[in-house]
Amino acid sequence: MTQKKKSATKMVPAPSHGIIPERDLHVAPVLEARHLGIEFGGLHAVEDFNLIIGKTEIAGLIGPNGAGKTTVFNLLTKVYQPTMGTILLNGRDTAGMNTMQANRLGIARTFQNIRLFGNMTVEDNVRIGLHNQIRYGMFSGIFRLPAFWQGEKKQHERALELLSIFDMQDLASHQAGSLPYGAQRRLEIVRALATHPSLLLLDEPAAGMNPHETEELMENVIKIRDQFQIAILLIEHDMNLVMGICEGICVLNYGKIIAKGTASEIQQNPVVIEAYLGKRKEN
Amino acid sequence: MIQFLSYLVNGISLGSVYAIIALGYSMVYGIAKMLNFAHGDVIMIGAFVSFSATQYWGLSPLVSVLVSVIVCTVLGITIERLAYKPLRQASSLAVLITAIGMSYLLQNIALLIWGANPKSFASVVSIGTLSLFGGQLRITGETLVTVLANIVIMVALTLFTGRTKMGKAMRAVSEDKGAAELMGINVNATISLTFAIGSGLAAIAGVLLCSSYPVLMPTTGAMPGIKAFTAAVFGGIGSIPGALVGGILLGVIEILGKAYVSTELGDALVFAVLIVVLLVKPTGLLGKKVNEKV
Amino acid sequence: MKHMKKINKTFASNLITYGMVVAAFLLCQLAQSGTLEWFKMSRSLRGQLVPICVYIVMAVSLNLTVGISGELSLGHAGFMSVGAFSGILASQLIAAAFPEASLELPRLLAALITGGLVAGLAGVLIGIPVLRLRGDYLAIVTLAFGEIIRNLLNCVYFSIDGSSFHAGFLNPSLPGKLLINGPMGATGVEKLASFEAGFVLVIFTLIVVLNLVNSRSGRAIMAIRDNRIAAESVGIPVTKYRMMAFVTSAVLAGMAGALYGLNYSTVQAAKFKFDTSILILVFVVLGGIGNIRGSIIAAALLTVLPEVLRSFGEYRMLIYAIVLILVMLATNNPAFKAALGRILPHARRENSLKEADKA
Repeated sequence: MTQKKKSATKMVPAPSHGIIPERDLHVAPVLEARHLGIEFGGLHAVEDFNLIIGKTEIAGLIGPNGAGKTTVFNLLTKVYQPTMGTILLNGRDTAGMNTMQANRLGIARTFQNIRLFGNMTVEDNVRIGLHNQIRYGMFSGIFRLPAFWQGEKKQHERALELLSIFDMQDLASHQAGSLPYGAQRRLEIVRALATHPSLLLLDEPAAGMNPHETEELMENVIKIRDQFQIAILLIEHDMNLVMGICEGICVLNYGKIIAKGTASEIQQNPVVIEAYLGKRKEN
Repeated sequence: MIQFLSYLVNGISLGSVYAIIALGYSMVYGIAKMLNFAHGDVIMIGAFVSFSATQYWGLSPLVSVLVSVIVCTVLGITIERLAYKPLRQASSLAVLITAIGMSYLLQNIALLIWGANPKSFASVVSIGTLSLFGGQLRITGETLVTVLANIVIMVALTLFTGRTKMGKAMRAVSEDKGAAELMGINVNATISLTFAIGSGLAAIAGVLLCSSYPVLMPTTGAMPGIKAFTAAVFGGIGSIPGALVGGILLGVIEILGKAYVSTELGDALVFAVLIVVLLVKPTGLLGKKVNEKV
Repeated sequence: MKHMKKINKTFASNLITYGMVVAAFLLCQLAQSGTLEWFKMSRSLRGQLVPICVYIVMAVSLNLTVGISGELSLGHAGFMSVGAFSGILASQLIAAAFPEASLELPRLLAALITGGLVAGLAGVLIGIPVLRLRGDYLAIVTLAFGEIIRNLLNCVYFSIDGSSFHAGFLNPSLPGKLLINGPMGATGVEKLASFEAGFVLVIFTLIVVLNLVNSRSGRAIMAIRDNRIAAESVGIPVTKYRMMAFVTSAVLAGMAGALYGLNYSTVQAAKFKFDTSILILVFVVLGGIGNIRGSIIAAALLTVLPEVLRSFGEYRMLIYAIVLILVMLATNNPAFKAALGRILPHARRENSLKEADKA
């Protein structure tokens, strides 16, 4: 089976499939993970993970529960330090970096279990995302120097602009923790976008959303990609969403990649069906 | 050399007292996840009760210790029921402040009953001094009893938590309160039991401490309490061997530091060592590492 | 605009805080002057005015660490003592350098600034190791540092001999007049502190803390407190902002310490024991963690309370302890709180917040 071969090639062999848009072929990939792996007390949670994501690609990471998908996200964002392999973000090795530095290099994420600043307002959540984008110093803040007023104004305007992606500008002064579930997920995406990433990782963005909301989310993911010209990698259990918008899909099981390819390729892959879809049928 | 040995013995003796107090802190922290700041003052109450029993009521020293243990056990359970139990769901900081209030309360009750003047505590130990190396190294009876009591308590507690049903219930509660409750363990009773054991031990520690260092006043318990808590953290909070190791190391460092560095800086040295240990091993010498889930 | 509404809300809340402080100051001034026959301040209460200001600054600055930054610190009095001793020295040195001139105000200012700077430096030095830890371990290490500072200050000797200075560690035999005398502390301190200076320091502290909280840096600090992993994921340098809160808090405590030191003729390191750190923490928790206005009220009331309870004689500290426990039970017991929530909508809101947190 060709899918099982350990190769650091592009997730979707673009020229033959023609899935990856022309626009990505001549620019360096935004993410390149080579032989990535991590061990927890002798257990290989993720092993030999190879993935390349193009500049404006929408990619999906799927697999059964406990396959190690979120661990991959934690490795890419440097929440965990990989015990094996390398991660290149926009061509730069992230070895030895922490989460904050990885974010500054252009990777932003949402969390499976929402991690908003629940006691703060929606706008303040976005403003915290803008921390490194619109800056002024501590002393300007304390003594209310002109830099403070300018910075606050810019942050406010930019925050509303970002919230308007999801039509959330009217919720700006609401408390983030009091928003309905779907809105909290959307706010997390806005907060991540505020950090001006080149790669956005979405951890189950459609979890807890109704079909209508999911439909909207799919449109919005594409809209975000087009508008911000960024790559998006998402973990999702909703197969309609994954098959509907992901240009390339990577299937993970027991910490290993068992298949890579386009939606139709994955759907027909017997290994995937056995490991993943087959199980679903039984249920 | 003999001088050093004698300091070492003194250190182990003081450390044994710290270890016994540290056990109380450690067990309560492990189970109720709270810093019981009033623990040091229970020690003081224990010593005062024993003092009164021998001085005013004419009881024999051994009986006085028994009375003191009983009083402190009841006191510990009462404190837990009245002040800490209503705050089971509250933030840990709120419980901490309540414990501080309880500490003030105990000190002031002692002040009203026994007054502010320091009392001279008569040692409860009647064994004579052991002379070694032709009288060059003298080990007092208090030291012998303290170290012995420490060993007995440690072994007994290890057996209790490891072998008995109640001890296992205690460990289960400290691991996961909710799960323990679902398994039919009476969490409230277990917590009460922990306080009872911790306070009973505090009484013994108080009597032993004041037998070696006979000045007794309402604030007597405060500093040993803080140091014993430091010892518990030092050894790894929630661990019985940790309390033993932490307590004895702390006592030895303190005595040696006071002897060889400077009397004024003995305490500073103790705390400096604690800081270094925590920086190298953030959960203490024998503590378990906890991974954060993302 | 909703945004404007929000800004106005924080603005109004801050205005109430400032207004409350100014009004209290004016009332105290009125009572102190004795203009009104029925509105006078007792002598002992008058003596508490500077300490009240000092403890307000201590409580507000500790609230920055505990409430806004979310780190439990048990060694805040350590920074106070560093500020007190360095502030006293600064004022004494200026007096020695210009023996003729009467420089009360500049000396007080110099003491406050020196106290703040030296305590801030101590904050940086202590913060580097302390902020590598979290939770209860961080708390115990701050406690340890507080005790170490006190122990070290007990060994410091400083003397002035004509125009030259001598410093000694564990060595009291210095030439000239001893300014700092080991365990005896600083002696012969000139009382430069005044209620007015205390008031100004309180206002300064409020400006620093309230403005910091409502700024980019403050949001970063609170983001780290609420969810460290999320804060890191949006590129906030965690150590930098934890340090910023810790050191700012230390600076303010140092300034409070300097004012405190200049309020008495002698100051010993023993005055800044662990008990003092705890006392300040009590103000913060009783006033409401993260609630600046609450800290002010709690610090003022609890500093005055022992004075008010003086008529109870020897029972006064006992009553103090009981009041403390009862207040904690009343404000933190769920049954109690629910009852309170029916009366006060504010408390109910906080309750529901907590519930939401648990879910």
